Amino acid sequence: MEILFFYLVALVAVASGVLVVTCRNPVNSAISLVMTFVCLATLYVMLQAPFMAAIQIMVYAGAIIVLIVFVIMLLNLGTATEKSVSHTKAFGAAAGILILFQTLYMLSHGQANLTPGPITNEVVERVGHTELIGKALFTDFLLPFEITSILLLVAIIGAVVLAKRDV
Amino acid sequence: MEPTLHHYLVLSAILFSLGTFGVLTRKNAIVIFMCVELMLNAVNLSFIALSHFQGNMDGQIFVFFVMTVAAAEAAVGLALMIAFFRNRESIDVEDFNLLKW
Repeated sequence: MEILFFYLVALVAVASGVLVVTCRNPVNSAISLVMTFVCLATLYVMLQAPFMAAIQIMVYAGAIIVLIVFVIMLLNLGTATEKSVSHTKAFGAAAGILILFQTLYMLSHGQANLTPGPITNEVVERVGHTELIGKALFTDFLLPFEITSILLLVAIIGAVVLAKRDV
Repeated sequence: MEPTLHHYLVLSAILFSLGTFGVLTRKNAIVIFMCVELMLNAVNLSFIALSHFQGNMDGQIFVFFVMTVAAAEAAVGLALMIAFFRNRESIDVEDFNLLKW
């Protein structure tokens, strides 16, 4: 039953991914991208990571897509007549298929070393996913967390300076 | 029957190569940016799948950082596009050819 649900969600994710790449109008691409993000959030729930699913929806489908749609509207981009050269498409398709077959080859010939760690499904259900994330974030990963906050500050200042008409 | 690690990794590979195809073929800078987001998400999916099947939290913390960097990248990248649009009245990557040989 669960695998049928997985196939359904995966199919929708791949179909909307194809739409992101092929749609002529950037707004349609953005809406398809939201669909892909929602499907990935569903998969995160299936992988016992509800906190990740929540921030996937909030950060990606909320913040980043709103930013993208705002910029599309601000620049008033219509359906662009892309004069795409056919050899560009052929090279792009070749590179994409090459990467796909490389990864599939690695997956079918490699062996993932699945030594089960301490965080089992039972532990996640008993302690709670958010608490586990918080504990890891504020003990083992405290320094990267602080560095990330500085990165966000730099990004805010950079965005304002770049988008301002005259600094 | 439950989906295995293999299923998730194959889905991640498909989404990643779709994103690569989009980055290499599209001309609109915003669509290219969206395809990069698609690739980042594909990698996030494999991180979370491996983290779940290995019983280890570190992969999910890494996804957290990837999302933060993606948000910062979105802010700066879109500001760059606005700045570029002011100069050239277009965001077609064919017009970004100052450094092209």
